[in-house]
Amino acid sequence: MQKELMKGNDAIAEAAVRAGCRFFSGYPITPQSEILEYLSWRLPEVGGNFVQSESELSGISMVYGAAATGTRAMTSSSGPGFSLLQEGISYIASAELPCVIVDVMRYGSGLADIFTGQGDYWQAVKNGGHGDYRCIVYAPNSVQEAVDLTALSFQKADEYRNPVIILSDASICQMMEPVKFPPMIEHDNNQYEWALKGKGKGKSKRHTSTMYYNDNYDEYLNLKYKRIEDNEQKWETYLVEDAEIVLVAYGISSRICVEAVDKSRSQGKKIGLIRPISLYPFPTKAFEELPEAKAFASVEISCLSQMIEDICLAVKGRLPVYPIRSGMSVYESDDICSSIDKILNSKCKEVY
Amino acid sequence: MIKKRPKALYVDHKYCPGCGHGIVNRLIAEVLEEMNEDENALCAVAVGCSSLMPDTFGIDIVQAQHGRAAAVAIGMKKCRPDSMVFSYQGDGDALAIGLSETMYAAIRNDNITVILVNNHNFGMTGGQMSPTTLENQRTTTTPFGRDVAKTGQPLDIVKLLKNFDIAYLARGTTSNNREILKTKKYIKKAFENQKQRKGYSMVEVLSPCPTNWGISPLEACQKIDNVSTEVFLTGEFKKEEA
Amino acid sequence: MKERMVIHCESCKGCGYCADNCPKEAIALKGATNKAGYLTPIVDEELCILCGVCYNVCPDYVYEIY
Repeated sequence: MQKELMKGNDAIAEAAVRAGCRFFSGYPITPQSEILEYLSWRLPEVGGNFVQSESELSGISMVYGAAATGTRAMTSSSGPGFSLLQEGISYIASAELPCVIVDVMRYGSGLADIFTGQGDYWQAVKNGGHGDYRCIVYAPNSVQEAVDLTALSFQKADEYRNPVIILSDASICQMMEPVKFPPMIEHDNNQYEWALKGKGKGKSKRHTSTMYYNDNYDEYLNLKYKRIEDNEQKWETYLVEDAEIVLVAYGISSRICVEAVDKSRSQGKKIGLIRPISLYPFPTKAFEELPEAKAFASVEISCLSQMIEDICLAVKGRLPVYPIRSGMSVYESDDICSSIDKILNSKCKEVY
Repeated sequence: MIKKRPKALYVDHKYCPGCGHGIVNRLIAEVLEEMNEDENALCAVAVGCSSLMPDTFGIDIVQAQHGRAAAVAIGMKKCRPDSMVFSYQGDGDALAIGLSETMYAAIRNDNITVILVNNHNFGMTGGQMSPTTLENQRTTTTPFGRDVAKTGQPLDIVKLLKNFDIAYLARGTTSNNREILKTKKYIKKAFENQKQRKGYSMVEVLSPCPTNWGISPLEACQKIDNVSTEVFLTGEFKKEEA
Repeated sequence: MKERMVIHCESCKGCGYCADNCPKEAIALKGATNKAGYLTPIVDEELCILCGVCYNVCPDYVYEIY
């Protein structure tokens, strides 16, 4: 199959169609509006449905309805729009329905900036919505990986009957890179017995919080997420076997870190990188078996460092974890290298 | 002629004594069964007293978020275009938090049916003011009566929607036998419009709420006949020319 | 007539719509008290014409008419 040069947003949209997605409803917001624009002509081509909804509230609601019919459905948003999706996501998770939500992160709270950031980690990974549920969260760091993870997201959403969030950022989604697509999947929305299509001659079905009719709900939900945590951790490592300081970074930060690791190594410093690909379940297994490690550092475009707490939990207090941050302006590999030097020279005061 | 509770209403409901929901549920069930669409029907139910409906109405149902039932219904209709899809909402749900979804379904002329049960208050939560609370009506958040200078006039959604390009719009009540028979006709016409893919249809039904109005069921029906229908006119406001 | 009307008193919530709407004033809520505590309807068979209005106005599906 030919490789094409494509923008991240467009690639995610095409990947969704290839994965059998036949319903999208969403609202324009920078930097993800191209997903809407692409799907507005692509979905009708494959007999799917595209709706530009009047708000994100309505967008996620339409996805809820579509998902209830067994159709592969998706919405996408960013920043303040992502906040508006949270109630809907809680409803979809509570009803145990599958869907995919793309959050193309921008930097800041409130109206915020439109350029890249990683400040939605808490909201996506720790639940922006109310109640006990989790969303599986994948973080691509290239356009190709965004395509691969989109296909995986729809598959895992169906498998676990749970929403899946693709946590991307403005850089990944606005950059253009060569990408290869998998062949088209035809998804049959009648294949699931839970899909709503009119009760026919059988019993009627109701999609609402499953807690209302699961006598064993508490234990059931615990086991469900335990299964996901045991089986769905995804990560990649770079030069960690003998690393003394291990950087932990996802998305665009991980790409800057690769350069920082190479630069540090060329100066003889033993630095490595763990790149979480699944943010929920957090890849705790990646933190085992690192006998040379003396410290970890979380590298995030977030002025409050959001992922660092999960690193601390994974490390279980055995070793210090340092924050390396960026925010209003994105760090370059040299900035990360000087932060690494500070840690090596015990000049980094802040430690978790 | 046999008059018996429709098959789809398979167990007693929990609505208050005298509540119009019980009658509206029955009318919808009768119409769906008469049209042979009960096996084919999908419903998005709202939050409020309407959310008691799935417990007793045996068709495929999704419980939507507060205000979003029309949007959830659209998602279902787009993916199951041959199903009879309707949303079942109250006045607070559809006209306060859900006004945007209600309007846009009409603006797009989406081929769904909206059944809006209007009892002039937020019933489930104890009787607070809703967009359709009448002037001077006492509610738990307008203890001195609704002051329209501060809170605006009661919202008549028919006045807005009849200016849109939609297929069918009607308002009925459940306050007496004649009105109930008319309301059933309106609901039937709405579903027929959907079946013929003519576009958006809405039937608003004025319903008594004896519990939160603080009066007996019979007094509540009289209030609808003598007071509510002066403000919220009944009849058909939009229909296809024959 | 008895064979042609069934009254499910246990479903009755005492709203009174049937009595108020009956064109022959054949219904009174003077029957036994049901489990929920409501006075249930009694239909005067002499006056009842099986028109079905009671079924139509009842929110609780108490009446069945054949």
